Amino acid sequence: MNKIMVDARSVKKNYGTNQVLRGISLTVTQGEVLCIIGPSGSGKSTFLRCLNHLETVNGGRIYVNGELMGYRESGNVLHEMKPKEIARQRQAIGMVFQRFNLFPHMTALQNIIEAPMGVAGLSGEEAKELGQSLLTQVGLADKGEHYPAQLSGGQQQRVAIARALAMKPKLMLFDEPTSALDPELVGDVLDVMKGLAKAGMTMIVVTHEMGFAREVADKVVFIDKGQIVEMGTPKEVLDNPQEARTKAFLNKVL
Amino acid sequence: MAEPSKSPDDIIAIPLRHPWRWVSGIIALVLLLSFIWALVSAKSIQHELVTKYLFDVRILQGMLMTLVVTMVCMFIAVILATILAIMKLSQNPLQRWLATGFIEFFRGTPLLLQIVFWGYLGIIFPELFLGIPFTDIIFFSGQTSDVIPAIVAGIIALSLNEAAYSAEIVRAGILAVDAGQVEAAKSLGMSGGYTMRKIVLPQAMRVIIPPIGNETIGMLKNTSLLQVIAVAELYTAASTISAQNLAQIELLVVSGFWYLIMTTVLGFPQRALERRYGRGFAVVGGRAAPRAFKVARR
Repeated sequence: MNKIMVDARSVKKNYGTNQVLRGISLTVTQGEVLCIIGPSGSGKSTFLRCLNHLETVNGGRIYVNGELMGYRESGNVLHEMKPKEIARQRQAIGMVFQRFNLFPHMTALQNIIEAPMGVAGLSGEEAKELGQSLLTQVGLADKGEHYPAQLSGGQQQRVAIARALAMKPKLMLFDEPTSALDPELVGDVLDVMKGLAKAGMTMIVVTHEMGFAREVADKVVFIDKGQIVEMGTPKEVLDNPQEARTKAFLNKVL
Repeated sequence: MAEPSKSPDDIIAIPLRHPWRWVSGIIALVLLLSFIWALVSAKSIQHELVTKYLFDVRILQGMLMTLVVTMVCMFIAVILATILAIMKLSQNPLQRWLATGFIEFFRGTPLLLQIVFWGYLGIIFPELFLGIPFTDIIFFSGQTSDVIPAIVAGIIALSLNEAAYSAEIVRAGILAVDAGQVEAAKSLGMSGGYTMRKIVLPQAMRVIIPPIGNETIGMLKNTSLLQVIAVAELYTAASTISAQNLAQIELLVVSGFWYLIMTTVLGFPQRALERRYGRGFAVVGGRAAPRAFKVARR
C-alpha cells in the first residue's frame, strides 16, 4: 500500500450563507491520479484551491503528505500558521490554473526559475539548467526567451506546468487546465500531463476532458452541490454510473 | 509588410472631401500666428533683454537647482507613495486609516500653504531635538533653521504633498494587476513581500509610469513656488534679477522658455521607462503599447 498523499476529511467551505463544500472526504495515495468532474458551480475548483490553502476551509481537515494544511494542532486547539509556514507548505504542492497566470513581464524561462531561485535558493546556473530541462520536458526547449504574450495558449499552459514542476512538488493540482484553450491545442497539454502521470506524479485534476479521465485517472470523483455523489475507477463512474445525478451529468457532456 | 497585390476587383473610388477640416485648420493657424506676431511686435517687450538673460549664469544655476529639487522630490515621493499605497491596501485597519489620513491631509491643504509652513517651521518649533519621548534622554538637538534650511524645507513640503497624490496612482497600479498573478505566486510558495516586489510592482509600473511622468512635469513647475521661502531655483533667480532691472516680462519669458524646454526633455526618459516596463506586454517591434492615460489635476 502506497503512502497517503492527500487526506481530506469532511471539508466544508462557505461564502457567507452560501455553502460551497458540504463535507468532502477523500484520500489520494502517492502516484495516484484523481480526476474531479462535475457541473460548473459544484465546488470542484474551490475544493482544489482549499488543498493548497488558497482558500481557508470553514470545517474539516486537510492533510497533505501527512501535514495539516494551514494550521498547527495541539490537543484539540487549532492555531493559524504564519504566512511563512503556509508558504513553505505550498512549495510541496504545484498548481496549474485555468487561465495559466504566467507572469507576463518575464520570459518563459524566467517564469520557471523565479521561484527556484528566489524561494528555494538555487543558484542562477542550477536554476537555468533545471528550467531548460523542464522546457524540454514540456516540448518547448526553444521557447525559453519568449514572453508569454508571444506564446499560444497551449504553449503558455505547458510553461505553467513546467513552472509548477520547478519547485519539485510532491503533488500537482490542475484546475481545468485545458478549459481556456482552443480545441486543437488541448492535446499537447494533455500529453504533458499524461507523461507526468506515467512518471509517477501524484495528481488531482479538475477537468471536463472525459477522455483524459478515462485514460489516465486511477480514480474519478463526481462532485455536485458541494458533495461527493460518486467515486470509483473511471470504468465504474464514467461507464457504469449508479447515481441518477451522475448519469444526467454524463449524458450532457459525453 | 509586403504591399498587397492589386487585383481587378479592388475598389477604386473618389475619396470623400472634407472642406470643413481645411477651414477650421486654417482659422486655428491664423489665430496662432497673429498671437505670435502680437508678442514679437509688442513694443513693451525688449527682445535684446530676453536674449541677454537667456544664458545668464544665475538663470542657468537656477535651472540646475530646479532639476535637482524635482528629481530629489520625485524620488522621495514615489518611495513614500509606494509605502502609503501598500498601507492603504493592508489588512491592518490602523495602517489603512493612517495612510488615508496622510493622503487626505496633504491633498486637502494648498501646496503653497504647506511650503510656507515648512519654511517657517522654526517659528513654531525654534529648537529640534531627537530623544526618547517623555524622558530626559536627548541624543541630538539644534536650531530648527540650522537643521532644516530653506531648501530642505522646500524638498520636504513638495515630497510629502507629491507622495499623497502619487500614492493613489501607485494604488491604482497595484489594483490593475490581475489577482491570478498573486495566486500563482502564492502557489509557488512565494511570501507576500516577495510577491509584491517581484511580481506585482513590476507589472504595476506599466500603469504607474505615464501618470507619474505627468506628476514629474507638475513637480518641475511647482518648484517655482519655492520662491516664497527663497530657494534659489529658476523662478527665484528670474524674479531676483527682474527686481533689480524691472524687466519683469522679459524674465518671465526667459524662465518660461526654460521650463518649457525642461518639461519637453523629460518626455524622453519617460518613454524609455515605459518601454522597459512594457516588456512582455507588446509584442510588435518590442515597443510599449501606447496608452491613453492621463491624470488631470491642478
